[in-house]
Amino acid sequence: MLQITGVSRRFGDVTALADVSLEIRQGEFFALLGPSGCGKTTLLRILAGFESPDAGTVTLDGADLLGQAAHRRPVNLMFQSYALFPHMTVAKNVAYGLEREKLPKAEIRDRVGEVLEKVGLSAMAGRRPQQLSGGQRQRVALARAIVKRPRLLLLDEPLSALDKKVRAEMQLELKRLQHEVGITFVVVTHDQEEAMSLADRIAVFNAGRVEQVDEPVALYERPRTPFTAGFVGASNLFAGRACSAGLAADGLGVLPGASDLPDGTPALLAVRPERLRLGVGPGGASGGGPGGAGALRGEVADVSFYGGVSHVSVVVPGRAEPVLVATQGATQVRAGTRVVLSWAPGDGVLVPQ
Amino acid sequence: MTRSTVSGATAAPRSRRSRAPGRLAFLGPGLAYLIVLLLVPLALLLSYTVFRRGRFGGVVYEVTGENFTRLLDPLYLGVIASSLKLATIATVIALLVGYPTAYLIAQLPRKWKTVALVAIVLPFWTNFLVRIYAWIVLLSGPGLVNSTLEGLGLGPFEFLYNQGTIVTGLVYSYLPLMVLPLYAAIERLDPQLREASANLGARPARTFVSVTLPLTLPGVVTGCLFVFVPSFGNFIIPELLGGGRSIMVGNLVRDQFLKARDWPFGSTLALALLAVLVVLLLLQAWSARRA
Ligand SMILES: Nc1ncnc2c1ncn2[C@@H]1O[C@H](COP(=O)(O)OP(=O)(O)O)[C@@H](O)[C@H]1O
Ligand SMILES: [Mg+2]
Repeated sequence: MLQITGVSRRFGDVTALADVSLEIRQGEFFALLGPSGCGKTTLLRILAGFESPDAGTVTLDGADLLGQAAHRRPVNLMFQSYALFPHMTVAKNVAYGLEREKLPKAEIRDRVGEVLEKVGLSAMAGRRPQQLSGGQRQRVALARAIVKRPRLLLLDEPLSALDKKVRAEMQLELKRLQHEVGITFVVVTHDQEEAMSLADRIAVFNAGRVEQVDEPVALYERPRTPFTAGFVGASNLFAGRACSAGLAADGLGVLPGASDLPDGTPALLAVRPERLRLGVGPGGASGGGPGGAGALRGEVADVSFYGGVSHVSVVVPGRAEPVLVATQGATQVRAGTRVVLSWAPGDGVLVPQ
Repeated sequence: MTRSTVSGATAAPRSRRSRAPGRLAFLGPGLAYLIVLLLVPLALLLSYTVFRRGRFGGVVYEVTGENFTRLLDPLYLGVIASSLKLATIATVIALLVGYPTAYLIAQLPRKWKTVALVAIVLPFWTNFLVRIYAWIVLLSGPGLVNSTLEGLGLGPFEFLYNQGTIVTGLVYSYLPLMVLPLYAAIERLDPQLREASANLGARPARTFVSVTLPLTLPGVVTGCLFVFVPSFGNFIIPELLGGGRSIMVGNLVRDQFLKARDWPFGSTLALALLAVLVVLLLLQAWSARRA
């Protein structure tokens, strides 16, 4: 439906977007995920028509989008800063886009009422934006964008101003809304959990480039670049070279992993903390070196309990950062306990470097 | 503001006691200035309006209402009306010229903004009278404009000494006072609001009418006031560019004091002028509070 091909944009010597190509499907909930400053907002602004790319094309349903003036595009943007009109009431803000379509007054009134109810702001219709809380403003901005029923809805960090609990509610709300109205959503976020829980597919951005586009589970379990492996979810990363059994790690011997890389390729091995098994090792055994079944030996440095899970950090000789292990529930190990770490070869993901 | 001078909780009670004299020390000079140089003369002026004129200027302290009756003479009402008209036309033209100017300056890159703003206030660095005389030289019979036009086979025209010249002079003199508050208002406007408007399907003209203009209205009102107030009471520009006839209230007031030596009636005219301006200021304050 939306086809972005080779889009680049530079600001002076800052490269905001470098040769970005994406295909977004009809009715999809698509997330652009990346750290702050990686060009996400710039891409949305290009789609909305406030910025033009130095190179590249964008088509919507096969028709060229970049040639159209911003006010003619069937694309609505929810601004990161909301950009609500301060001199209009909530209802007027929401009605603004419909009035531009010259719809009959009665229909505008009905649709505004409907959408305000959907975002839970019916009681605030007569207020000015300045009289609302951050979360309420965000919902007005959302209502103003969806009331137009655009072909494509762009949301720039729509939930960033909300505290954790409200945020979770709004995530569900967004998801429900997307099912209900059937609009294609492109949501920008720097929060990987948010992207995971909301999106059908995620594009991971890094410094203006698309690192990987995949479904959340695939992205999590099969990161294809070192950046994705490090950015999406916590990961233990080991550097080394690919070998038939997995990775010949620098200073740690062979670690198990599923590899389809040619032997000797410089690579990272990513193992998720929850995939690591923690065994209380036989005391006195030598640490380091290629242990049985690719196990690593080490000593527990720290244990933190997070309700449902415990995070155990294990210092492994030969490696600078501790290895992070997540276990279900409480754990018996204490700081100083000698442990053995192991994992199934299938849980070690090799990423070419 | 006084709170920020209080550094800690323990210092608070002490400073609260010493605050009143402190305040007075700061306010004193300004207050003295205001009382001696504004309020006292104003009170004198007001009191003159109810007395009879002296033979050679000054007043005779006999209470009378004749100054106000005279104000209603169509001759004077006509002058007030034409002052209102000329000042209004000048203000409207200044707004129509000033808004696009201020808008363009606000869109410039930062460096060029400063250059443009300096260029706008540059005329204030030279003497006002000199600049008005320059207009006379420019527009006079054998002046630059006419000689150029003649060279093209047009004219000569009589540009000087009519109401159009007065308006030109007023607009020329006070345009910067229109541009600056407009610029401040437009500059403050979040550009994303205009983008949001476009994003919701508004054409540029609609965005201007529904978003840009309403949100810069305080600047428009301030700019109009800044141009209207000095225009309405002006007497130098109509004197020099208007041919010296009493076309505006300013001239009339001056003539009453300096030529006719009728201080009471001059005061009454000045009071009328002031009354119009006060009403305008009140309207402005009211609109600013609503915005
Ligand atoms: N109008 C602009 N002028 C100059 N630099 C810009 C402009 N817009 C964005 N940038 C730069 O481009 C990069 C990407 O910005 P942005 O798209 O806002 O990132 P994100 O939304 O991912 O945080 C940043 O380094 C930012 O400073
Ligand atoms: Mg951004």
